Amino acid sequence: MALRTEEMLLNVGPQHPSTHGVFRLVVKVDGETIKEAIPVVGYLHRGTEKLAEDLTYTQIIPYTDRLDYLSSMLNNYALVQAVETLMGIQVPERAEFLRVIAMELNRIASHLVWWGTAILDLGATSPFIYAFRDREMIVNLLNELSGARLTFNYMRVGGVKWDAPKGWINKVSEFLPHMRKSLKEYHKLVTGNEIFLGRVKNIGVYDGETAKNYSLSGPTLRGSNVKYDIRKNQPYSIYERFDFDIPTGEDGDVYDRYMVRMKEMEQSIRILEQAVEQFPDQGEIMAKVPKIIKAPEGEVYTRMETSKGELGVHLVSKGKDKPYRLHLRRPSFINLQILPELLLGRSMADIPAILGAIDIVLGEVDA
Amino acid sequence: MFNILSEPFSWINLLVIILVAAAVLGIVLVFVMYAIYFERKVIGWMQVRNGPNRVGPWGLMQTMADVFKLLIKEDIVPAKVDKFLFLIAPIIAYTPAFAIIAVIPYSQKIYFADVNVGLLYYGALSSITITGILLGGWASNNKYAIMGGMRSVAQMVSYEVPLIMSFLGVVLLTGSLNLREIVQAQQEGMWFIVPQFLGFVIFLIAGNAELNRTPFDLPEAENELVAGYFVEYSGFRFAFFMLTEYVYIFAMASLMTVMFLGGWDAPFEFLEFIPGIVWFFLKFLLLVFYLFWVRATFPRVRTDQLMGFAWKVLIPLALLNVMLTALFKTLF
Repeated sequence: MALRTEEMLLNVGPQHPSTHGVFRLVVKVDGETIKEAIPVVGYLHRGTEKLAEDLTYTQIIPYTDRLDYLSSMLNNYALVQAVETLMGIQVPERAEFLRVIAMELNRIASHLVWWGTAILDLGATSPFIYAFRDREMIVNLLNELSGARLTFNYMRVGGVKWDAPKGWINKVSEFLPHMRKSLKEYHKLVTGNEIFLGRVKNIGVYDGETAKNYSLSGPTLRGSNVKYDIRKNQPYSIYERFDFDIPTGEDGDVYDRYMVRMKEMEQSIRILEQAVEQFPDQGEIMAKVPKIIKAPEGEVYTRMETSKGELGVHLVSKGKDKPYRLHLRRPSFINLQILPELLLGRSMADIPAILGAIDIVLGEVDA
Repeated sequence: MFNILSEPFSWINLLVIILVAAAVLGIVLVFVMYAIYFERKVIGWMQVRNGPNRVGPWGLMQTMADVFKLLIKEDIVPAKVDKFLFLIAPIIAYTPAFAIIAVIPYSQKIYFADVNVGLLYYGALSSITITGILLGGWASNNKYAIMGGMRSVAQMVSYEVPLIMSFLGVVLLTGSLNLREIVQAQQEGMWFIVPQFLGFVIFLIAGNAELNRTPFDLPEAENELVAGYFVEYSGFRFAFFMLTEYVYIFAMASLMTVMFLGGWDAPFEFLEFIPGIVWFFLKFLLLVFYLFWVRATFPRVRTDQLMGFAWKVLIPLALLNVMLTALFKTLF
């Protein structure tokens, strides 16, 4: 007699330890094999785009902090870049340097959180604490700069809000060798571990073509051997002054995405070293901008590379002090679309590995 | 220590047995309390934290406070569980864990039951716990719990095989299943970790898997299954499952000390003035520390990798070990 079996519908989330927030995944499992996975998003939807229509440009900046709250500096930049492009503002050099330093520090901090939590999802508890130990140093640096630890609200249209405090640049350059050393320690602790490799190699594989068709960006794209980084391909701010590489993966599996992010941290350290070296001693931190910022009538789409991928801002202005329409292309949301395909036929235990490698922040997925 | 077990039944004997059992329970509970404290401290230090340090001096009363908290919690039985099974599952899981402690000899004189089939008794009883875990997962009427329960059955059944087979090498060398005689054989010759090194390694890995601890903690993998088989349990029933886990650490580390590290035997002859119980506990603590160390270091394996490892690597190795030991014994 054949045993009667049936598929089980399992709700993973919205409250689940490895969905990193209020993400819900409805999976149909046969034993432990996933037959179908439907992501359900929107639990953290706050209507940022609609809210922005009733806010002045300066007032929108704190809202961008809360998109991808792990990399607020980068989100700040995405918005001010769009407004500055539309208004044609020339940002002073010192401000640009401060922005780049803040952004790259924030990129490392964001990748550190990813590193800690992605490995935690595989069951190893210690890396998480090490990652947060080093992130704490970055958070302290950014706290000195902006007065906040998470939602920095640091950049303004035309420059930055605060100048670097005395000796801050030195603190940054002291931090960099420490971070290099820590990265080596991370590799020793995790990268060569046989169990870790067994969990991430040949899992969640997709090729570059698929990645492009899904419009993936950031490490999820570069892991599949596509050399594409907006900082290089369409340089913004002062990134063309710095010498850095774009790390890519070969096979497009979870391990490659892991390695891409690890190497990106090294590249960020390289950028920071150069930026600290070239940092101008004097100079303005704000361009001459009118008291009430009114973007001229027009439409602009600007984009940048955040820690998650391409963050684009589509801004439509009717010449008022508030945007007529603001659309955000959020990389976390778009990168998440490939998840159902990757989970098909995998086991339950692969959910945290694959989801972790996509690196989503729910604030950005739901906006 | 006691010959009561072989004497005819009388009410006084029964009373003595109950008192001794209560004393053992007390010792085990104190061990569990401080094993948890020790684990949290060790892992805390490994993770650049301090570990518990608020309740009592150096946080020594932390676990006491935790247990007290669990005991005064409301006993929640969810509406749609299979009530009878849900209530007895923690007891079924815990009882054998406690019962196997009886056969462990701690030193020349301190032991509770001198059973001639001690090893067999250990192996047989410890596999009953799995029934409790499966029942707990099944009766909870929760999808995560049933998955955790199924995982633990698959895991424990698979790892029981290499675990018991790694006993065999030692049994072949001593010709006895009595744990005291196994230690005495090591006192006369060398510790079995040397001639039975392969067996020791297999035991170490399979024992870790039997204990459901990292990297083999799949039944309670919180990242996939939230908490696995005890997801619906709370209060003192949850405490019972935790207690089972730590009592097994106690039992497994004791057994490993007895079988491979010479039990209460001193490593060098000039150190024999130190009482055997001290040596026993030093070796025992080393093994417990090893378990905590591994937990702080490794990620978790996946179910298929876990099963593949048991059937393709550990069992052939264990068989090879038995065969080599037998060959060695016959030839020399």
